[in-house]
Order: sequence, then C-alpha cells, then structure tokens
Amino acid sequence: MAGKTLYDKLWDSHLVKQRDDGTALIYIDRQLIHEVTSPQAFEGLRLTGRKPWRADANLATPDHNIPTTKSERSRGLEGIMDPVSRIQVRTLDDNCREFGILELDMNDERQGIVHVVGPEQGATLPGMTIVCGDSHTSTHGALGALAHGIGTSEVEHVMATQCLIQRKMKNMLIRVDGQLNPGVTAKDIVLAIIGNIGTAGGTGYTIEFGGEAIRSLSMEGRMTICNMAIEAGARAGLIAADQTTVDYIRGRPFAPKGEMFDKAAEAWLQLTSDNDAQFDRVVVLDAADIIPQVTWGTSPEMVAPVTGVVPDPDQEADSGRAESIRQALKYMGLKPGTAIKDIKLDVVFIGSCTNSRIEDLRAAAAVVKGRKVASTIELALVVPGSGLVKKQAEAEGLDKIFVEAGLEWREPGCSMCLAMNADQLPAGKHCASTSNRNFEGRQGFGGRTHLVSPAMAAAAAIHGHFVDVRDILLESDRAH
Amino acid sequence: MATLLMCAISCWNPIALTERPGLRQQLRQDQEIASEFELQNFETKTMKKFDVQTGVVLPLDRANVDTDFIIPKQFLKSIKRSGFGVNLFDEHRYLDKGEPDADNSKRPLNLDFVLNQPRYKGANVLLARENFGCGSSREHAPWALDDYGFRVLIAPSFADIFFNNCFKNGILPIVLDKKIVDELFTEVTAAEGYTLTVDLPAQTITRPDGSTISFEVDAFRKHCLLNGLDDIGLTLEDADAINGFESRWREKSPWYFNPPA
Repeated sequence: MAGKTLYDKLWDSHLVKQRDDGTALIYIDRQLIHEVTSPQAFEGLRLTGRKPWRADANLATPDHNIPTTKSERSRGLEGIMDPVSRIQVRTLDDNCREFGILELDMNDERQGIVHVVGPEQGATLPGMTIVCGDSHTSTHGALGALAHGIGTSEVEHVMATQCLIQRKMKNMLIRVDGQLNPGVTAKDIVLAIIGNIGTAGGTGYTIEFGGEAIRSLSMEGRMTICNMAIEAGARAGLIAADQTTVDYIRGRPFAPKGEMFDKAAEAWLQLTSDNDAQFDRVVVLDAADIIPQVTWGTSPEMVAPVTGVVPDPDQEADSGRAESIRQALKYMGLKPGTAIKDIKLDVVFIGSCTNSRIEDLRAAAAVVKGRKVASTIELALVVPGSGLVKKQAEAEGLDKIFVEAGLEWREPGCSMCLAMNADQLPAGKHCASTSNRNFEGRQGFGGRTHLVSPAMAAAAAIHGHFVDVRDILLESDRAH
Repeated sequence: MATLLMCAISCWNPIALTERPGLRQQLRQDQEIASEFELQNFETKTMKKFDVQTGVVLPLDRANVDTDFIIPKQFLKSIKRSGFGVNLFDEHRYLDKGEPDADNSKRPLNLDFVLNQPRYKGANVLLARENFGCGSSREHAPWALDDYGFRVLIAPSFADIFFNNCFKNGILPIVLDKKIVDELFTEVTAAEGYTLTVDLPAQTITRPDGSTISFEVDAFRKHCLLNGLDDIGLTLEDADAINGFESRWREKSPWYFNPPA
C-alpha cells in the first residue's frame, strides 16, 4: 500500500464520519472570524436558536473595514467614517459578546489581519484543521495545518456543529528545488508557480509545497506561499512542520506550554508526507530559474519576470487566452511589448495578509533606507499586518526609515488590498502592490494593480517605475 | 431516509422562531441597529427548492470571472443576505462607481454589457467560461446571482469555494465539456429568446430543439437542492458522532483545546 501524503494524514485524523455518497464530516479545530463574512452566520444561529458548538474554538478580529490612519483609529469605532463599515464592525463586537467568542477588537493591540493574527497568537498550530470565511485562510497551511476558506453558510455550519461537510480533494506536490538567488523572495516563487500552473491549475487539489527552496524559507515566507495557493485555484496549501515551525510557535499565547509543548512538537514533526506517498500531480521548479516577478494583467497568472515584456495577444495561439489578454491590456492601459521596467507607477501599497509581516517590512525598509520616494509617486502606504507587527517594526526603527523615505506608516488592517475601507486606488492609477489579487477594481474602481514582492514594491517606490530589485541590492552592497 | 425526513421537518420556520422567548427582543435590537441605515427586515436563509427550471440564457463570454467582478467589495458591508441583485456585476453593468446607498435606477447603464441587453431580460440561466467564481470566498457572490434571479450556472469549470457556496443557496452550478459550452454560446448568441430547461431530478438540460445534454451532480447536494434542506440540521443528527470524535481527539491532542494564556 502506498504511503500517505500530509493532506491524507490531516484528513484521516479529522474524519468524524464518512458518508456513503462520498462526502464526509470533518472536525474543525479552529475557526477565525472577521466582520465581513460573519454577520449573516451569527444571524442564522440566532434565528434558529442555535449556540456555538465550542465557542473557544473561535477567534475573531475585525480587519477588512477598519481605517488605517492614526487619527481615525484613535477614536475607536466612532473613528470609522463610513457608517455602513462602522455598523459591520460593531455587529462583530456585539455578536462575539453575545455568543461568548473571544474577539481582539479594533482597540486591542493584538488586532490585525486575521491571517496574520492567527499564527502570531499561536492560534494556528500544526496538525489542526482551520477555517475562516475568507479565501486566504490557505495561509495557515504554512504551519502544517489543513486550512481553507469557506462561505458564510459554512461559517454558520462550523459554528453550530464544529464540523464541515467536505469531499476529499486530490493531492498535488509543488517542489521548488535548489536555492533562491539574492533579491528573490517567497512572493516571486508563488507568482512564478501561478504563472506556471495557472489560476485554475490547483482547482480540486490541496497543494503541498516542498523542496529545498521552500524548506529554507522563514515562517513569514512560507505563509506568503500558502496564502496564494488559492490564487492557483487550491483551497488549501500545505508546508509540513519542521524545526523552523516549532521554534516559531514556542511561547505564543495560544500555544501549549512546558511539557505539553514538547509532546505536541514531537507529534507535529511526525506530520509529513511519507516517502512513498502518491500525489495526483507533481510540479517541479528550479529556484535558480526564478527572478523577481511582476503581474501585468488582471489575473495573478498574468505575470512576467521583471526583465520581461507585456505579451502580445496576437502572438497567442489560443483564441480564448488571446481575448483574455486583450481585455486585460485594455483595462490596464498597457501596450503589447512594453518592457515591465517601463511601467510607470502612481501608488505603492506594502501590506495585506500576503506580505505585511515583520520580515516583509524589513525587506522593504532595507530597500528604501536612506533613499527618497520618487516625486511622481502620489501615495505610498505601509500597512503592518497586526498591532504586534507594528510594535515590533517600531521597536526596530522601521517606521522611521519608511517615513524619512516618504512612505506613510499606517495602522493595521486589510487596507488597499481590497479597499473596503478608505484606502482606495483611484481609477486609472498604477499600483505596485504586495497584495494577492490584481482583479479589475480589486484595489479600487478602475485601479490598476501590479503584484510584486515587498522589496520590489519598495524599489518601485524609489524609482517611480519597476526596477529589478537585484540591481538595487547590488548597488547597496557596493556602497557599504 | 428517516433521517432525511426528520431534517426536512426540522428546517427553519420563521413563524415558530419568532415565538421563541428572548429571540424577539434580540431581533428588535438588531432591527434597531439596522434601521440606522434603513436595512429593515432581517432575514436568514430559506433555501429554495430546486426542481425543473426553464429560462432565458444569458451568455457571459469571459474566462476567470472573479467574485469581485460578480459583486464588488463595497457591497460586502451589508449585514444582510439579500438585496445584492441590483449590484450584480456592478462595475460592468453601470458606467459609474456603485455605492451601497445609491439609487441604482438613476445610474448610467453600460449598454454594451450583456446583462443590459433587452433580449436577455429575465434570464435565469447564466452561461459562463472557465474558472467562473474564482477569487474571494464571499458568499455575497451567489447571493447576488440568486437575488438577480439566476438559478442555474453553466460553465466548463468553477472555482471550488464558489461552487460550494452555490449549492448552499439553491443555485445549481453545472459543469459541461468546453466543447458543449462553446456550442451553447454559439446557439444563444444566434437565437434571440434562447431558453434551456434544466431538470435536476433527471440531470438533463433540454435545448430548444428538444435534444438533451446530461450532467453530473453530487448525490448529497442534489438531494439537498431538491428538498431545500438546511444541512446544519442534517449534520446535527450526527451530534453523537461529533461528540465521540471530539472526546477522543481531546484525549489524543489536548494542545488543540488549550485556552489562551
């Protein structure tokens, strides 16, 4: 009998009941909750007279709607200028109070983007099943947990039953062999993967990421990779826990302590795919081939290396794909053959559940340190992923580096990644963004998004157009 | 079968529930909050039963239609499940930027957009391309499609989370071969008033010429759709199994049940 994959093991260990029709009841260890996809679920509980099955399995924090300027945030709920956003955040507070769910509310220093907060608090642990009404829940797979996004009906289902009705997905392994070149980051790896397999390439699969380049990544880098598994179509991404994971978790508030931690860590380190595990699909990339990536279109698969050019739809053999390229270029206001480095930018956004952790901010700060944002850049935002990330960055003096360079240092939240708050990309403007989606209108009505790594976004802020961050890093090396 | 029957009986009944003590007061509080923005009449889901649907087909000829395309983020601020239909495909349907409190009847329409073409008025079958519903997990996407009146979606492929969300809202997403979808696109655009009849019990789609296309659907989902079942009720029938699992799991992995420090 063939061995099991990590996904097989996580599935088997959480199987409550296999039904005859192929669906299964899967036990959920943790549900993360935010203000946008939960009100209708709580309402459902109320109207059916149901209670949460296990209130302490849930952890809530508002992130999508909340403002990121200091003046607004200092006024708490009343500082949310948009009344509809305010009611949604207040509804989360009220619901959590009513149902006995722990919420890190907007005034709590631990508040932040739900996918930054979970791992940071130790609420995300290897071997868990985790859900959240947000597709980027795949992030938590970076710790060896089976984590995926669900809809609001399922949020209600998990609240009421601690289970999810699931059908087992297929197994995919994406192996990134070798070592990354300097200046190339986790974001570039995952964009290169999506460019390779496409945004539907992972549909129906759980993707396990492995190989030397993945194993060499920090936890922050691993979270960036798994975060964007959904952009490759996969609801869940996974990276097996190792010593890096165990070291990251030790001492976090929700993590087990003392002897129990040691026992847990021992169990977590066993949670890997067997050597003879069978994957339905295997994709292999060589890390050395990956260079900094920039998206030019309106889907994350529309990506090119920074040294490349915007494609020509007339050169595309597949007529459907040619049409998609045409639609994207029209929206983006780009001409075929334009060098990526010649794309001029108006706005820079460094933040989101993909890239707002301390390592991301350090990478961006290292690039802008002692430099100034180009005069043509109208707005450059740095939005830390949580209050604790912000605190850490300030302790390291990163906030000063950003402000001296001409970037704005904001309060934690989802911000311009999806622009539900006031941080919106104006129509027609090009934004170098460390977020995860470049869909039409995603960052603001008519806004034009280019997805990049934090270092690439920082370099673009300095130059006003895309540059190869590897050149800047070389320049910095020479200067020192 | 007895289990399923019990569940059907235990499905949500709005009248009985408002009679429950305490609930009425809660509803009142919520309505007070909501009335601040004239969001009256809180609702919960009532899954529509699905049987046979005949309707005009609207062709949306575009791959990778994401959930931001289906319903832009500014409409996700609502704490309700309904009223999203007027903002379905908002950024393509109107020429200006939509806002949650706008009077949509006064907004300039994008007459080039397929939804605004008179021949597709009242469509309840949406014909789409690859990877429909990719992106965010927002259930507001199926809520908007449902609220507009779509009951059936046909595409060569759907994104996983969206696909799942459809079934929870009485919408039937059907995956057909790309070749057949191509044919349907050609037929729909050629013939004004083109309709399809979708028969869920028989798992067939009937074209205007009487020819049929069969489709696959998960047995459990089909059953839930046909009966308008609330799957929470169904799962709770397995409460003993869940409790049993939970105590074994707690024993084996107590660290997942640790309260925060």
